[in-house]
Amino acid sequence: MDSVTNKAEQLREKIAQTEKELQNLRRQLNELESPIQNLDVDQGHSSTSTTKQPGEASSPKWKWPLREEEYSRYGRQLILPTVGIKGQLRLKSTAVLIVGAGGLGCPAAAYLAGAGVGTLGVVDGDIVETSNLHRQIAHSTSRVGMMKVDSLVEYCQGLNPNVTYVPHREHLTPQNAEGIVSKYDLVLDCTDHPTSRYLISDICVLLQKPLVSASALRTDGQLIVLNNPAAAQGAANGGPCYRCVFPKPPPADSVVSCGEGGVLGPVVGVMGVLQALEAIKLIAGGIGKAAGSDPKEPVAPSLLLFSATSTTPFRSLRMRSRRPNCFACSAGSTLTLKELGSGSLDYVQFCGVTTPVNVLKPEERISATEYKDILAGKSHKGLLFDVREKEHFDIASIPGAVNVPFSILQRHGRPTVGYLTPEHLSDTIPAEAPIYVVCRVGNDSQIVTRRLKEMGLDGNGERDIRDIKGGMLAWKHEVDRTLPFT
Amino acid sequence: MSTIQAAEKPPEDIEIPKPELSIVVEFTGGLEMLFSDQRRHPLSIPVTNKEGNPLTIADLIEHLCNHTMKDTRKELFVLDDHLRPGILVLINDADWELEGEEAYEIQAGDNILFVSTLHGG
Repeated sequence: MDSVTNKAEQLREKIAQTEKELQNLRRQLNELESPIQNLDVDQGHSSTSTTKQPGEASSPKWKWPLREEEYSRYGRQLILPTVGIKGQLRLKSTAVLIVGAGGLGCPAAAYLAGAGVGTLGVVDGDIVETSNLHRQIAHSTSRVGMMKVDSLVEYCQGLNPNVTYVPHREHLTPQNAEGIVSKYDLVLDCTDHPTSRYLISDICVLLQKPLVSASALRTDGQLIVLNNPAAAQGAANGGPCYRCVFPKPPPADSVVSCGEGGVLGPVVGVMGVLQALEAIKLIAGGIGKAAGSDPKEPVAPSLLLFSATSTTPFRSLRMRSRRPNCFACSAGSTLTLKELGSGSLDYVQFCGVTTPVNVLKPEERISATEYKDILAGKSHKGLLFDVREKEHFDIASIPGAVNVPFSILQRHGRPTVGYLTPEHLSDTIPAEAPIYVVCRVGNDSQIVTRRLKEMGLDGNGERDIRDIKGGMLAWKHEVDRTLPFT
Repeated sequence: MSTIQAAEKPPEDIEIPKPELSIVVEFTGGLEMLFSDQRRHPLSIPVTNKEGNPLTIADLIEHLCNHTMKDTRKELFVLDDHLRPGILVLINDADWELEGEEAYEIQAGDNILFVSTLHGG
């Protein structure tokens, strides 16, 4: 078994290394190809549009502000009052930054590229994974392992080569934020964590950039346009920033990621598309001279909620204006570019870090391998409670496991033994038969084990109750490699 | 008003039925999981709190914890006697900060929406 594990480890390392090389090659190819591609397009137009060779001027001089191809490309939006030729020229002269090339960033970038913004920058330090593809539609199966930024730029390049694409192959940090964000007129927050959301908001306040922020989880989404108008710190007419709406970050333990909570592709897609829409409205209407400059039509900040499963899927809520004592955008704020860039603001610390659950003593836990031996042995196998949610359990489970979802245990209010009988503790099982608890990665199982003991299910030590260390993930690694892990 | 106050000060404040307000409380952004996976809760709540004052959002939050929430994870809703950071309250579709926050006095027919912020993307 050990040699197999070693071999597997070696292979995994080799794959990782090869993927890295592949990624590097792709990047080189991408860099090599993009100027050629742009050149091709320009040449394709030179015969009919702006750049005329001297002496070739048999047709009258092109006197329109957009190139001929652009009139066909943008014609369907050009004729809308919301855009018009003025709006299209504004789009063409605007640089938009998308932070996060994931489920929100992919559709947002695609629509902004399609609409013809002048420059589209993308920031992300991650690589494309297979688990991204159901929602991050600009990536593709063949580009798994490639930098997300490069994959997204490649997709957008194919959609509209007229746009200047700027890949930033790194995560946004306090140190690089000013250098990156200052080159753009508008920012889209397409990230997935409070730390980046506070950082992006702060830099947008300091550099006076409007911010279109969206998020999604499971079947819900939220959208809010912040810092619009993007007035200076302390200016009363400025729109609220992320800190005005959420002055305190949520406790780290309450933050659920798409990886843990799941997310439906079209839900995050809808939110990303809406971000592109808000951006286009802002740009075409003229950033800075948006509705805010007209005293009759002040910008009323609003939060859009989307609930895919609700009878009213869209709901718009009136939000507060700037918070007079806001840490970032108020008159009294001490936040400066220098302070932010120095890294003295610790966003990770500010948002808190989750600590792994550690409520059981070592002797109250067993390893996956030990449990496998118990299953193979002659003594009573006892009961195995799988406390993952039903959806996880239905995908794959350990033979003989009984599904008792953690959420149901939590929801049950005061813990009672009664809840666990008779289905879970049938009379045919001796009172001293052990109970084992398994979850996804070994956190919830500890809490449940502790709870079962508090409920008195251990019969004052008569019955052994333990959890399986590392949960189903450990079971996959140590015992059954075929287990599909979610 | 006087009848309400009279009803509010019974000798023993249990047997006499108190006047109640009909409101709708909604949860979204994942908070519904703490409330029996149900987004919309039409509720009848007491007109006044323990002290006999008009019921505020703060009182409503306490009421929800004690009577509506079956989940044991109270800390995902309330932290240090206040709403947990990262939860927005909307009173009739407007940010509660436009309405006086925890001190807002609940009116019959109000729609109170609790939204947990999402971070995924």
